[in-house]
Amino acid sequence: MTFSYFPGCTLKTKAKELDRYARISAEALGFTLEEIPDWQCCGGVYPMAKNEIASKLSSVRALASAKQKGQALVTLCSACHNVIKQVNNDMKTDSNIVLKANNYLKLDEPYQGETEVLHYLEVLRDKIGFDNLKAAVKNPFTGKKIAAYYGCLLLRPGKVMQMDNPENPKILEDFIRAIGAEPVLYSQRNECCGGYMTLEDKPTAQNRSKAVMDNAEEYGAEMVITACPLCMYNLTKNSGSNIPVVYFTEILAQALGLE
Amino acid sequence: MADLKEQVLTTSGVNPLKCMRCGKCSGTCPSYDSMEYHPHQFVYMVEKGDIETLMKSESIYKCLSCFACIERCPRGVEPAKIVEAVRLAVIRQQGQNHLKPQQIPAMLDEELPQQAIVSAFRKYSK
Ligand code: SF4
Ligand code: SF4
Repeated sequence: MTFSYFPGCTLKTKAKELDRYARISAEALGFTLEEIPDWQCCGGVYPMAKNEIASKLSSVRALASAKQKGQALVTLCSACHNVIKQVNNDMKTDSNIVLKANNYLKLDEPYQGETEVLHYLEVLRDKIGFDNLKAAVKNPFTGKKIAAYYGCLLLRPGKVMQMDNPENPKILEDFIRAIGAEPVLYSQRNECCGGYMTLEDKPTAQNRSKAVMDNAEEYGAEMVITACPLCMYNLTKNSGSNIPVVYFTEILAQALGLE
Repeated sequence: MADLKEQVLTTSGVNPLKCMRCGKCSGTCPSYDSMEYHPHQFVYMVEKGDIETLMKSESIYKCLSCFACIERCPRGVEPAKIVEAVRLAVIRQQGQNHLKPQQIPAMLDEELPQQAIVSAFRKYSK
Protein backbone atom coordinates (compact mmCIF):
# COMPACT_ATOMS: atom_id res chain seq x y z
CA MET A 1 0.00 0.00 0.00
CA THR A 2 1.44 3.34 -1.01
CA PHE A 3 0.04 6.73 -0.12
CA SER A 4 0.95 10.23 -1.18
CA TYR A 5 2.25 12.02 1.87
CA PHE A 6 2.23 15.70 2.86
CA PRO A 7 4.71 16.21 5.73
CA GLY A 8 4.39 19.98 6.21
CA CYS A 9 6.84 22.62 7.35
CA THR A 10 7.17 21.67 11.00
CA LEU A 11 7.79 17.98 10.37
CA LYS A 12 10.90 18.97 8.43
CA THR A 13 12.20 21.09 11.30
CA LYS A 14 11.06 21.09 14.94
CA ALA A 15 8.97 17.94 14.70
CA LYS A 16 11.28 15.64 12.72
CA GLU A 17 10.57 12.83 15.16
CA LEU A 18 6.83 12.89 14.48
CA ASP A 19 7.70 12.25 10.83
CA ARG A 20 10.53 9.74 11.28
CA TYR A 21 8.62 7.46 13.66
CA ALA A 22 5.62 7.57 11.34
CA ARG A 23 7.64 6.44 8.33
CA ILE A 24 9.43 3.56 10.04
CA SER A 25 6.22 2.38 11.67
CA ALA A 26 4.45 2.52 8.32
CA GLU A 27 7.06 0.27 6.74
CA ALA A 28 6.80 -2.18 9.63
CA LEU A 29 3.02 -2.27 9.20
CA GLY A 30 3.19 -2.72 5.44
CA PHE A 31 2.50 0.69 3.94
CA THR A 32 4.65 3.38 2.41
CA LEU A 33 4.45 7.15 2.66
CA GLU A 34 5.59 8.69 -0.61
CA GLU A 35 6.37 12.36 -0.11
CA ILE A 36 4.73 14.45 -2.81
CA PRO A 37 7.22 16.46 -4.85
CA ASP A 38 7.62 20.21 -4.29
CA TRP A 39 4.94 20.52 -1.64
CA GLN A 40 4.44 23.93 -0.07
CA CYS A 41 3.43 24.87 3.46
CA CYS A 42 -0.34 24.63 4.05
CA GLY A 43 -0.31 27.91 5.99
CA GLY A 44 -1.14 26.39 9.37
CA VAL A 45 -4.75 27.56 9.68
CA TYR A 46 -7.62 27.08 7.28
CA PRO A 47 -8.54 30.34 5.53
CA MET A 48 -12.25 30.53 6.33
CA ALA A 49 -13.19 33.38 4.00
CA LYS A 50 -15.21 32.50 0.89
CA ASN A 51 -13.14 34.99 -1.13
CA GLU A 52 -9.70 33.77 -0.06
CA ILE A 53 -8.18 31.88 -2.97
CA ALA A 54 -4.40 32.31 -3.03
CA SER A 55 -3.99 30.99 0.51
CA LYS A 56 -5.75 27.77 -0.45
CA LEU A 57 -3.62 26.99 -3.49
CA SER A 58 -0.78 25.11 -1.80
CA SER A 59 -3.34 22.63 -0.47
CA VAL A 60 -4.97 22.29 -3.89
CA ARG A 61 -1.57 21.62 -5.47
CA ALA A 62 -0.89 18.83 -2.99
CA LEU A 63 -4.33 17.35 -3.55
CA ALA A 64 -3.96 17.47 -7.33
CA SER A 65 -0.54 15.87 -7.13
CA ALA A 66 -1.97 12.90 -5.20
CA LYS A 67 -4.83 12.65 -7.68
CA GLN A 68 -2.37 12.47 -10.54
CA LYS A 69 -0.77 9.41 -8.96
CA GLY A 70 -4.14 7.92 -8.13
CA GLN A 71 -3.29 7.80 -4.43
CA ALA A 72 -4.95 8.96 -1.25
CA LEU A 73 -3.17 11.85 0.47
CA VAL A 74 -1.94 11.14 3.99
CA THR A 75 -1.16 13.84 6.54
CA LEU A 76 0.28 13.63 10.02
CA CYS A 77 0.30 17.10 11.56
CA SER A 78 -3.20 17.97 12.84
CA ALA A 79 -2.98 21.45 11.34
CA CYS A 80 -1.99 20.31 7.85
CA HIS A 81 -4.72 17.74 8.03
CA ASN A 82 -7.33 20.31 8.99
CA VAL A 83 -6.30 22.81 6.32
CA ILE A 84 -6.01 20.31 3.47
CA LYS A 85 -9.21 18.48 4.32
CA GLN A 86 -11.21 21.71 4.63
CA VAL A 87 -9.79 23.06 1.37
CA ASN A 88 -10.64 19.76 -0.28
CA ASN A 89 -14.20 20.22 0.93
CA ASP A 90 -14.26 23.67 -0.70
CA MET A 91 -13.03 22.06 -3.90
CA LYS A 92 -16.02 19.72 -3.79
CA THR A 93 -18.69 22.18 -2.74
CA ASP A 94 -17.84 25.81 -3.57
CA SER A 95 -18.06 26.38 -7.31
CA ASN A 96 -16.54 29.86 -7.07
CA ILE A 97 -13.43 28.58 -5.28
CA VAL A 98 -13.19 25.62 -7.68
CA LEU A 99 -13.31 27.94 -10.68
CA LYS A 100 -10.80 30.45 -9.37
CA ALA A 101 -8.34 27.89 -8.00
CA ASN A 102 -8.34 26.01 -11.29
CA ASN A 103 -7.91 29.24 -13.24
CA TYR A 104 -4.81 30.04 -11.23
CA LEU A 105 -3.26 26.60 -11.29
CA LYS A 106 -3.89 25.67 -14.93
CA LEU A 107 -3.61 21.95 -14.24
CA ASP A 108 -3.78 19.46 -17.11
CA GLU A 109 -7.04 18.27 -15.71
CA PRO A 110 -9.14 20.48 -13.41
CA TYR A 111 -9.16 19.47 -9.76
CA GLN A 112 -12.57 19.05 -8.14
CA GLY A 113 -11.99 17.47 -4.78
CA GLU A 114 -11.41 13.91 -6.04
CA THR A 115 -8.55 13.02 -3.69
CA GLU A 116 -9.24 11.15 -0.47
CA VAL A 117 -7.52 12.86 2.47
CA LEU A 118 -6.56 10.56 5.31
CA HIS A 119 -4.89 11.28 8.58
CA TYR A 120 -2.25 8.71 9.54
CA LEU A 121 -4.52 7.61 12.38
CA GLU A 122 -7.26 6.87 9.86
CA VAL A 123 -4.83 4.73 7.89
CA LEU A 124 -4.13 2.77 11.06
CA ARG A 125 -7.83 2.38 11.83
CA ASP A 126 -9.36 1.95 8.38
CA LYS A 127 -6.62 0.51 6.15
CA ILE A 128 -4.46 -1.50 8.57
CA GLY A 129 -7.00 -2.10 11.35
CA PHE A 130 -6.35 -1.68 15.06
CA ASP A 131 -6.62 -5.47 15.51
CA ASN A 132 -3.77 -6.00 13.06
CA LEU A 133 -1.79 -3.25 14.74
CA LYS A 134 -2.33 -4.97 18.07
CA ALA A 135 -1.06 -8.23 16.60
CA ALA A 136 2.10 -6.47 15.36
CA VAL A 137 2.96 -4.97 18.76
CA LYS A 138 6.18 -6.37 20.23
CA ASN A 139 6.56 -4.15 23.30
CA PRO A 140 3.09 -3.47 24.67
CA PHE A 141 2.68 -0.54 27.08
CA THR A 142 0.86 -2.78 29.53
CA GLY A 143 -0.74 -0.88 32.41
CA LYS A 144 0.48 2.53 31.23
CA LYS A 145 -2.18 5.24 31.62
CA ILE A 146 -2.13 7.37 28.52
CA ALA A 147 -4.33 10.39 27.85
CA ALA A 148 -5.18 11.16 24.23
CA TYR A 149 -5.13 14.84 23.37
CA TYR A 150 -7.15 15.61 20.24
CA GLY A 151 -7.17 19.38 20.47
CA CYS A 152 -9.31 21.17 17.92
CA LEU A 153 -7.98 20.44 14.52
CA LEU A 154 -8.29 16.69 14.12
CA LEU A 155 -12.00 16.67 14.79
CA ARG A 156 -13.56 20.02 13.91
CA PRO A 157 -15.65 20.94 12.07
CA GLY A 158 -16.98 17.41 12.42
CA LYS A 159 -19.13 17.65 9.28
CA VAL A 160 -16.02 18.26 7.18
CA MET A 161 -13.31 16.35 9.04
CA GLN A 162 -15.41 13.19 9.48
CA MET A 163 -12.69 11.44 11.43
CA ASP A 164 -14.71 10.63 14.49
CA ASN A 165 -17.49 11.92 16.73
CA PRO A 166 -16.19 15.45 17.42
CA GLU A 167 -17.58 15.56 20.96
CA ASN A 168 -16.91 11.99 22.01
CA PRO A 169 -14.08 10.66 19.88
CA LYS A 170 -12.39 7.31 20.34
CA ILE A 171 -9.86 6.82 17.55
CA LEU A 172 -6.88 7.75 19.76
CA GLU A 173 -8.23 5.75 22.71
CA ASP A 174 -8.58 2.72 20.42
CA PHE A 175 -5.02 3.32 19.27
CA ILE A 176 -3.88 3.43 22.91
CA ARG A 177 -5.65 0.11 23.58
CA ALA A 178 -4.08 -1.43 20.48
CA ILE A 179 -0.59 -0.77 21.83
CA GLY A 180 -1.55 -2.39 25.11
CA ALA A 181 -1.97 0.72 27.26
CA GLU A 182 -4.94 2.06 29.15
CA PRO A 183 -6.67 5.20 27.81
CA VAL A 184 -7.50 7.98 30.28
CA LEU A 185 -10.75 9.83 29.52
CA TYR A 186 -10.87 13.49 30.55
CA SER A 187 -13.09 16.34 29.48
CA GLN A 188 -10.44 18.69 28.07
CA ARG A 189 -9.19 16.22 25.47
CA ASN A 190 -10.93 18.07 22.62
CA GLU A 191 -10.56 21.64 23.88
CA CYS A 192 -8.00 24.08 22.47
CA CYS A 193 -4.39 24.25 23.78
CA GLY A 194 -4.09 27.94 22.93
CA GLY A 195 -2.57 27.39 19.48
CA TYR A 196 -0.61 30.24 17.93
CA MET A 197 -1.95 32.59 20.63
CA THR A 198 1.33 31.79 22.39
CA LEU A 199 2.77 34.57 20.19
CA GLU A 200 0.03 37.17 20.55
CA ASP A 201 -1.30 36.57 24.05
CA LYS A 202 0.78 34.19 26.13
CA PRO A 203 -1.49 34.17 29.21
CA THR A 204 -4.35 32.73 27.12
CA ALA A 205 -2.10 29.93 25.83
CA GLN A 206 -0.86 29.29 29.37
CA ASN A 207 -4.39 29.12 30.81
CA ARG A 208 -5.59 26.82 28.07
CA SER A 209 -2.69 24.38 28.15
CA LYS A 210 -2.66 24.31 31.95
CA ALA A 211 -6.38 23.49 31.98
CA VAL A 212 -5.75 20.56 29.61
CA MET A 213 -2.77 19.13 31.48
CA ASP A 214 -4.27 19.59 34.96
CA ASN A 215 -7.41 17.83 33.82
CA ALA A 216 -5.43 14.91 32.33
CA GLU A 217 -3.38 14.62 35.51
CA GLU A 218 -6.48 14.69 37.69
CA TYR A 219 -7.75 11.63 35.84
CA GLY A 220 -4.51 9.77 36.38
CA ALA A 221 -2.61 10.28 33.13
CA GLU A 222 1.06 9.27 33.16
CA MET A 223 1.58 10.44 29.60
CA VAL A 224 -0.27 12.58 27.07
CA ILE A 225 -0.11 11.90 23.33
CA THR A 226 -0.74 14.28 20.44
CA ALA A 227 -0.42 14.53 16.66
CA CYS A 228 0.24 18.26 16.60
CA PRO A 229 3.59 20.05 17.05
CA LEU A 230 1.94 23.23 18.29
CA CYS A 231 -0.13 21.32 20.88
CA MET A 232 3.11 19.61 21.89
CA TYR A 233 4.76 22.99 22.37
CA ASN A 234 1.92 24.52 24.38
CA LEU A 235 1.34 21.47 26.55
CA THR A 236 5.03 21.20 27.43
CA LYS A 237 6.20 24.83 27.49
CA ASN A 238 3.10 26.74 28.54
CA SER A 239 1.24 24.41 30.91
CA GLY A 240 3.64 24.21 33.86
CA SER A 241 3.03 20.44 33.97
CA ASN A 242 5.75 17.79 34.15
CA ILE A 243 3.77 14.95 32.63
CA PRO A 244 5.49 13.86 29.43
CA VAL A 245 3.79 14.82 26.17
CA VAL A 246 4.74 12.49 23.31
CA TYR A 247 3.90 12.21 19.61
CA PHE A 248 1.63 9.25 19.02
CA THR A 249 4.02 7.99 16.34
CA GLU A 250 6.84 7.75 18.86
CA ILE A 251 4.98 5.34 21.13
CA LEU A 252 3.75 3.52 18.04
CA ALA A 253 7.34 2.91 16.94
CA GLN A 254 8.31 1.84 20.45
CA ALA A 255 5.39 -0.56 20.66
CA LEU A 256 6.39 -2.05 17.32
CA GLY A 257 9.90 -2.64 18.68
CA LEU A 258 11.53 -0.21 16.28
CA GLU A 259 13.52 1.72 18.87
CA MET B 1 -22.03 51.20 6.59
CA ALA B 2 -24.19 49.09 4.35
CA ASP B 3 -21.28 48.15 2.11
CA LEU B 4 -19.08 47.10 5.04
CA LYS B 5 -21.84 44.80 6.25
CA GLU B 6 -22.26 43.45 2.74
CA GLN B 7 -18.51 42.84 2.56
CA VAL B 8 -18.46 40.91 5.86
CA LEU B 9 -21.48 38.83 4.85
CA THR B 10 -19.97 37.97 1.47
CA THR B 11 -16.55 37.17 2.89
CA SER B 12 -17.93 34.98 5.67
CA GLY B 13 -20.84 33.39 3.87
CA VAL B 14 -22.71 33.62 7.20
CA ASN B 15 -26.37 34.50 7.63
CA PRO B 16 -26.57 36.23 11.04
CA LEU B 17 -30.37 36.06 10.99
CA LYS B 18 -30.13 32.35 11.76
CA CYS B 19 -28.74 33.21 15.22
CA MET B 20 -31.10 32.71 18.15
CA ARG B 21 -28.71 34.43 20.61
CA CYS B 22 -28.30 31.48 22.89
CA GLY B 23 -24.68 32.43 23.63
CA LYS B 24 -23.41 28.87 23.30
CA CYS B 25 -20.64 29.96 20.93
CA SER B 26 -19.31 32.45 23.46
CA GLY B 27 -19.70 30.00 26.31
CA THR B 28 -17.43 27.51 24.55
CA CYS B 29 -14.89 30.01 23.18
CA PRO B 30 -11.41 29.47 24.67
CA SER B 31 -10.59 33.16 24.12
CA TYR B 32 -13.69 34.40 25.94
CA ASP B 33 -11.80 36.05 28.81
CA SER B 34 -9.50 38.02 26.55
CA MET B 35 -12.23 39.27 24.21
CA GLU B 36 -14.02 42.58 24.55
CA TYR B 37 -16.72 41.41 22.14
CA HIS B 38 -17.59 37.73 22.18
CA PRO B 39 -18.58 35.51 19.24
CA HIS B 40 -22.35 35.92 19.73
CA GLN B 41 -21.86 39.70 19.89
CA PHE B 42 -19.96 39.63 16.61
CA VAL B 43 -22.93 37.92 15.01
CA TYR B 44 -25.41 40.38 16.49
CA MET B 45 -23.37 43.48 15.76
CA VAL B 46 -22.75 42.46 12.17
CA GLU B 47 -26.47 41.92 11.77
CA LYS B 48 -27.05 45.45 13.05
CA GLY B 49 -24.35 46.79 10.74
CA ASP B 50 -22.18 47.96 13.63
CA ILE B 51 -18.97 46.77 12.04
CA GLU B 52 -16.58 49.63 12.63
CA THR B 53 -16.77 49.11 16.40
CA LEU B 54 -15.66 45.52 15.89
CA MET B 55 -12.94 46.53 13.46
CA LYS B 56 -11.41 48.76 16.12
CA SER B 57 -11.49 46.09 18.82
CA GLU B 58 -8.54 43.85 19.71
CA SER B 59 -11.09 41.01 19.86
CA ILE B 60 -10.58 40.36 16.14
CA TYR B 61 -7.06 39.12 16.93
CA LYS B 62 -8.15 36.75 19.68
CA CYS B 63 -9.84 33.99 17.69
CA LEU B 64 -7.81 30.77 17.81
CA SER B 65 -9.48 29.09 14.83
CA CYS B 66 -10.41 26.24 17.16
CA PHE B 67 -13.79 25.77 15.40
CA ALA B 68 -15.53 25.09 18.73
CA CYS B 69 -18.18 27.75 18.08
CA ILE B 70 -18.76 26.34 14.60
CA GLU B 71 -19.13 22.81 15.93
CA ARG B 72 -21.36 23.71 18.86
CA CYS B 73 -23.72 26.36 17.49
CA PRO B 74 -27.16 24.75 17.45
CA ARG B 75 -28.20 26.88 14.47
CA GLY B 76 -25.23 26.32 12.18
CA VAL B 77 -24.33 30.02 12.18
CA GLU B 78 -20.52 29.56 12.11
CA PRO B 79 -19.57 32.62 14.19
CA ALA B 80 -15.80 32.18 13.67
CA LYS B 81 -16.32 33.00 9.99
CA ILE B 82 -17.80 36.36 10.98
CA VAL B 83 -14.82 37.09 13.26
CA GLU B 84 -12.49 36.14 10.41
CA ALA B 85 -14.34 38.35 7.93
CA VAL B 86 -14.20 41.40 10.20
CA ARG B 87 -10.49 40.87 10.78
CA LEU B 88 -9.95 40.58 7.02
CA ALA B 89 -11.87 43.83 6.52
CA VAL B 90 -9.10 45.40 8.60
CA ILE B 91 -5.93 43.63 7.51
CA ARG B 92 -6.76 43.64 3.82
CA GLN B 93 -6.37 47.43 3.94
CA GLN B 94 -2.94 48.72 3.08
CA GLY B 95 -0.60 49.10 6.04
CA GLN B 96 -2.94 47.33 8.48
CA ASN B 97 -0.95 44.15 9.10
CA HIS B 98 -1.22 43.21 12.74
CA LEU B 99 2.01 41.19 12.74
CA LYS B 100 5.19 42.29 11.02
CA PRO B 101 8.20 40.13 10.21
CA GLN B 102 10.50 42.38 12.26
CA GLN B 103 8.54 41.45 15.40
CA ILE B 104 9.24 37.74 14.99
CA PRO B 105 12.85 37.36 16.26
CA ALA B 106 11.87 38.63 19.72
CA MET B 107 9.11 36.01 19.91
CA LEU B 108 11.23 32.99 19.08
CA ASP B 109 12.48 30.36 21.47
CA GLU B 110 14.33 27.09 20.93
CA GLU B 111 11.27 24.90 20.64
CA LEU B 112 8.69 27.14 19.01
CA PRO B 113 7.39 25.23 15.98
CA GLN B 114 7.32 26.92 12.56
CA GLN B 115 3.63 26.14 12.51
CA ALA B 116 3.01 28.80 15.17
CA ILE B 117 4.63 31.49 13.05
CA VAL B 118 2.99 30.59 9.75
CA SER B 119 -0.38 30.38 11.51
CA ALA B 120 0.04 33.77 13.15
CA PHE B 121 1.00 35.33 9.82
CA ARG B 122 -1.98 33.84 8.10
CA LYS B 123 -4.28 35.22 10.79
CA TYR B 124 -2.69 38.61 11.29
CA SER B 125 -1.15 39.74 7.99
CA LYS B 126 -1.81 40.02 4.30
S1 SF4 C 1 -24.25 29.49 19.30
FE1 SF4 C 1 -25.13 30.03 17.29
S2 SF4 C 1 -27.28 30.53 17.68
FE2 SF4 C 1 -26.20 30.57 19.67
S3 SF4 C 1 -25.57 32.74 19.92
FE3 SF4 C 1 -23.86 31.68 18.95
S4 SF4 C 1 -24.19 32.01 16.76
FE4 SF4 C 1 -26.13 32.47 17.77
S1 SF4 D 1 -13.09 29.55 16.52
FE1 SF4 D 1 -12.48 31.51 17.41
S2 SF4 D 1 -14.39 32.51 18.02
FE2 SF4 D 1 -14.87 30.35 17.67
S3 SF4 D 1 -14.71 29.37 19.70
FE3 SF4 D 1 -12.70 29.16 18.70
S4 SF4 D 1 -11.51 30.95 19.37
FE4 SF4 D 1 -13.68 31.38 19.81
